[in-house]
Amino acid sequence: MNPEHSYASGGVAEGDAPVVAFEDVSLHFDDVPALDHLSFSIKSGETCVVVGEAGSGKTMLLKTAVGLVRPDSGRVYLFAREITKLKESALAEARSRVGILFQEGGLFDSLTIEENVGYPLLNVPGLSRNGGDSSQHIAECVLKSLRFVELEKTLDKFPSELSGGMRRRVGIARAVVTEPELVLYDSPTAGLDPITANRIIHLIIQERDVRNTATIMVTHRYQDGHLMANFRYNPSSGRVEPSDGHHDESHVSTKFLVMRAGKLVFEGSEAELCASADPYVQKFARPGSS
Amino acid sequence: MFDLLKTPVETFQDFLSLAGRAFRDLFRAPHYWSDVLIQMDIIGVGSLFIVSLIGFFSGVVMALQMSRALAIYGAQGQVGKIVSITLVRELGPVLTAVAVAGRNASGMASELGSMRVTEQIDAMRALGTDPIQKLVKPRLIATAIVLPLLTIIADAIGLIGGYFISSTMMSITTSEYWTTAWRILEYNDLTQGLLKPFLFAIVVALVGCFYGLRTTGGTQGVGRATTKAVVIAFVWVFVITSMLDPLFVNLQ
Repeated sequence: MNPEHSYASGGVAEGDAPVVAFEDVSLHFDDVPALDHLSFSIKSGETCVVVGEAGSGKTMLLKTAVGLVRPDSGRVYLFAREITKLKESALAEARSRVGILFQEGGLFDSLTIEENVGYPLLNVPGLSRNGGDSSQHIAECVLKSLRFVELEKTLDKFPSELSGGMRRRVGIARAVVTEPELVLYDSPTAGLDPITANRIIHLIIQERDVRNTATIMVTHRYQDGHLMANFRYNPSSGRVEPSDGHHDESHVSTKFLVMRAGKLVFEGSEAELCASADPYVQKFARPGSS
Repeated sequence: MFDLLKTPVETFQDFLSLAGRAFRDLFRAPHYWSDVLIQMDIIGVGSLFIVSLIGFFSGVVMALQMSRALAIYGAQGQVGKIVSITLVRELGPVLTAVAVAGRNASGMASELGSMRVTEQIDAMRALGTDPIQKLVKPRLIATAIVLPLLTIIADAIGLIGGYFISSTMMSITTSEYWTTAWRILEYNDLTQGLLKPFLFAIVVALVGCFYGLRTTGGTQGVGRATTKAVVIAFVWVFVITSMLDPLFVNLQ
């Protein structure tokens, strides 16, 4: 198999090709399927909300999408390039266009918040080894990113000194500091109180709408997906508002995926999700579901 | 039968794979030299006290125990030789490696294991950094530099311990003790005494990192990984010394 196989081999330019595409992807751990013949794709600017019970393969889906986990079979495309067989070093270029917020935060304990948020920039070609100008640029990007999550006063603190919600916000700042084209959020509101959870979702919506990034969000909460599908960031008011009526022109396409035991059992809009007759799918279509 | 062997064989295969990648990365950029220095400080300076203590008491015990046996033959003046040979060839390298394995293989396994279960390793990979370059290589280099140095210190302090007993309890003169202790050593002994800790260092660092990087199962998993790392590092230290001893005896 040609490792450089492109999703665009059918004559589709990268710009029109999906940002992420799974083709019949399967992954097993000790004969237990984590992903079971999974196929779906996400286009540029599109939002994808992945829901499902614990252990249904949601996190594995995200990790497989960026090559952190290699599938047993099938093909994964990232920015129209097949990454399934790529070496770790070759994956770095594709990964540099992706921001990730991990379920456990993934912040480095031994680094300060400033160093954590600036870490992705150290591996950006041309930035890390150009001396003082680059350091200045990195510091500005870090400050801008932390200002976005309203944590610009925590530069010198360590992750252990912050609350769970603050750590999650730092994780978002680190995920978006390189201004990636695709951002993956793994359970960004898990374990947070409703007010903090809403604040996190508002930040995610703001990031998505300001830069029109493709977004994949794994969540247990129906409310998260509902907000992502029905709210948008209004730059003139600086607030996240319902995307009905006069805001329709900027309405973001949001699709829902429901997973069960590694299988994709539903793919569609929020309206289709709510209309589904499948009792398992219905569990994720009601407010308060988890 | 084959099913029973499958897991250990696979584990050993994974270990060899990690070792191969770590050795290959020794010659590849980027090199995180500041991390190497930090690890040298943690492993070297941090282990200095326990290694000195173990070395001193090894020398003391050796001199005390051997003095009784030597006294039977009226050869107490030879105690320096026995302390010197035993420490330089065997006890110095092995006890130092055991101390460093207990202190640092466990530290590496728990640190890397915690990073693994909190997805810091995944984050590192996602952000374009190879965890073997960033985490394993500096620990491997630092241990390989520091463990032989610690062994030399342990040997020296052990000899001082032996001298302390010899001079205070056996009325052996300073020059007699040190002359016999120094003259008995051959290049073969010194080579063995420095080659062993170098090999132990490689095994201790790689075993600690290996079990840390393959940690699963949350904080309980970190505990399991740490225990495994220490036990396996101990086993390897004794296996290596047992394999090398006959080789060096035959070389004499």
